[in-house]
Amino acid sequence: MRLQYPSSVKIIRVPCTGKIDILHILRAFEKGADGVYAVGCMEGDCHYNSGNFRARKRVEQAQKILNTIGVSGERVQMYNLSSSEGPLFAEIAQEMTERIRKLGPNPIKQAMKKAA
Amino acid sequence: MIVADKKPIEEIVEEVKDCDNILILGCNECVTVCEAGGKKEVGILASALRMYFLNQGKDMKIDERTLERQCDQEYLDEIRDIADQYDAIVSLACGVGVQFTAEQYHSIPIYPGVNTCFLGATEERGLWTERCQACGQCVLARTGGICPVSRCAKRLLNGPCGGSSNGMCEISKELACGWQLIVNRLEALDKMDDYEKIFPIKDWSTDRAGGPRKVVREDVQI
Ligand code: SF4
Ligand code: SF4
Repeated sequence: MRLQYPSSVKIIRVPCTGKIDILHILRAFEKGADGVYAVGCMEGDCHYNSGNFRARKRVEQAQKILNTIGVSGERVQMYNLSSSEGPLFAEIAQEMTERIRKLGPNPIKQAMKKAA
Repeated sequence: MIVADKKPIEEIVEEVKDCDNILILGCNECVTVCEAGGKKEVGILASALRMYFLNQGKDMKIDERTLERQCDQEYLDEIRDIADQYDAIVSLACGVGVQFTAEQYHSIPIYPGVNTCFLGATEERGLWTERCQACGQCVLARTGGICPVSRCAKRLLNGPCGGSSNGMCEISKELACGWQLIVNRLEALDKMDDYEKIFPIKDWSTDRAGGPRKVVREDVQI
């Protein structure tokens, strides 16, 4: 299909979104990521039954923690799509990139630069 | 196990905000099982605090460590060499662990990172309920294995109060009446005779009424 999506998006592959922990998401921000999104299978289609539901809950918890510490929780999102939806994948990457652009850079990254 | 719940991050921030160097100390036992104070929760709290303080323009050093137990001296000794370098320790163990850590490390403030709730069981993931209040004189043999001390809101020992209705306790429609549970179980066990026996007056001196308690076991002392 040779679809284009923003080059700022780095893909980290996991066996199932259920593998993603709150800690992975927080660490990404600690290391300077401007946003994180989990792309899971359609709800009801998880090969492990509930992996994508777990991911959604963890994304929500990470959002709460980030809101508490002054990093907008909106920087973390969960999307569901099926593996055959390449065009949608590219669309989501675009949507997420625009969302993060509006929010600006991760304040932690800037604070780290100042501290260094 | 001992069931604990996370404290809000804001509350912990308030305790440690003037420190430069802190240790978040987890425990591998009960608080790991109830997902409040194990290695993972230590990591999450440490990460959140690091980002919070960085964002406030403060470069706080926040280390992470999780011990096998905090209610045993031998494991607490594992931080003997490093403890002195910290301005404070946030312990994610139950209240026992927090206090025992404080007793071993006199000169460092120890703050609790969880709220210790009760002795209970995991009914399902994310749902823990109380089962025992450590009264020191267990009566389960007579009550079909269901505890009237922890599961009856009034700690009654001789049947339900007048508020028991449709199997629920009068303090909440969502709470099963402990005595209804006991009667159901005694019936199922064909042991309703036990229900007819009047309980002698319970000796509450082994409960909290007798002040702080201790167990002395000379047979296992060295
Ligand atoms: S009777 Fe006492 S020791 Fe036994 S389960 Fe109830 S509170 Fe615990
Ligand atoms: S309704 Fe049942 S559980 Fe509640 S206080 Fe009365 S006897 Fe105890």
